[in-house]
Amino acid sequence: MKLYDYILSPSCYKVRLMAALAGVKLDIRPVDFHPGLEHRGPELMALNPAGSIPILEDGDLVLTESSAILVYLAAKAAPDWLGGDAAEEAARVQQWLSFSGRLTASLGGARLHEMLLRPGDIGALQAQGIAALRELEAGLFEQSLRGQRFLVADRPTVADIACFPYVALAPDGGVSLDPYPTIRRWSRALRALDAFIEMPGIHRLHELKPEPHIESGEA
Amino acid sequence: MTQDAMIDEWYPVGLVSRLDGNGRKTALMGEPIEVASDTDGSARVTSKGRVLPVRVRYGHVWASLGQPQKELFAIPEADQPGRRFVDVGVVRVRCSPLRAVENFLDIAHFPFVHTDILGSEPHTEVQNYKVEIREDADEVWATQVKFYQPQAARSASGGITTEYMYRVPAPTCSVLYKTCPPRPGEWDVITLFVQPLAEDLCDVWPWMALFDDESSMTDLIHFQQTIFLQDRSILENQIPRLLPLDPGMEIPTRADLTSVAYRRWLKRRGYTYGAQLVAQ
Repeated sequence: MKLYDYILSPSCYKVRLMAALAGVKLDIRPVDFHPGLEHRGPELMALNPAGSIPILEDGDLVLTESSAILVYLAAKAAPDWLGGDAAEEAARVQQWLSFSGRLTASLGGARLHEMLLRPGDIGALQAQGIAALRELEAGLFEQSLRGQRFLVADRPTVADIACFPYVALAPDGGVSLDPYPTIRRWSRALRALDAFIEMPGIHRLHELKPEPHIESGEA
Repeated sequence: MTQDAMIDEWYPVGLVSRLDGNGRKTALMGEPIEVASDTDGSARVTSKGRVLPVRVRYGHVWASLGQPQKELFAIPEADQPGRRFVDVGVVRVRCSPLRAVENFLDIAHFPFVHTDILGSEPHTEVQNYKVEIREDADEVWATQVKFYQPQAARSASGGITTEYMYRVPAPTCSVLYKTCPPRPGEWDVITLFVQPLAEDLCDVWPWMALFDDESSMTDLIHFQQTIFLQDRSILENQIPRLLPLDPGMEIPTRADLTSVAYRRWLKRRGYTYGAQLVAQ
């Protein structure tokens, strides 16, 4: 499977992360998104008229929407990540996959503006990003009341991977994650998964230090 | 008053390869400027209708708001045959331009921020190195810097002990000379050119002159962007926002000698745009 990839793109990172978690080996084709704008050049526009990356090629199949790519990788190699068949769970997966598009448009737009000088109304992008984060915080908190640590179930699904990167990188676009304790716990749970990989701006979890030794009688 | 010394310096304001007739609006030390190509293709930088002094060098357009007393610093390696010149592209950082340079001069953070690339635990020791302010050239130099690196460059396969020399030839620019894995005896050149937009906001333009015939240009760009974006979130969270030039809350260690010399040089020259002068 060939991934047209940009190391700093959160959408491309979704695909790399899902592939790592599912144990799928990708053939990476780096795209000079910045400063070269290669994704808008003739070769890639022929492959994806939308002019966006990631693009995944597998034989005759060409996928250009990151959620579709996540579903494809999971269906091929790690079906547990698709979520259950029950009506409510299947619908929740779709709900958050669609919701992730709002994170891309708002927090992703703010990040591109603040970091790579792309045009945009930064105030509006940040305000829409904050509205989406509040909705996500509420959704995750309701899940925690049901005893579930992730967006759809008590195990991670493609919905979590679709939402995680733009949320984790919100500070790059000037949006703080300080007000969202449930989001931060969820982010920690995802980063603690076996086979998790990082990207620039998303640091790996530090090894937990040993418990401090408390002398008896000190307290 | 104190801003004057930096006003006469040269600053990067854009990539030569992306110049166009329409012009690009940006800023330099709080002043709005516009960077465009003239009808004859040469670079033209204006501020409120005033034409600024301009140089075109090292892949970038350089300008000054004042009257530069010195020519733009020399990088002889930029004219050496066989090197590949890499325009890494701009990254904006909400930090003092001086902090961006200071971070570039630091080695001790490699294992923790650039884990498994420029450093790794337990190889965290910074061995002794030499630092001097060279009065003749008016530059800060750190030499004999050695560090164990798992993947020192795109062209490196496996860990090596890398040797570094750091040079600060201008208040917001640093040039790094580094062991060149495919060509022992030569140095790879990696620079950090910083455009001060405001005292706490800057555009960073990394540029490289490397010996590497194997990697694609995109791979070279992505390697350096990966490194710099690992630094960016840390730079944006440093407190205080401005670079302190007087000792206050911070206690430098031996590993920070380059930073100490850089701050001392800035203070001595009156390079204080982006600096905090009185300890708080």
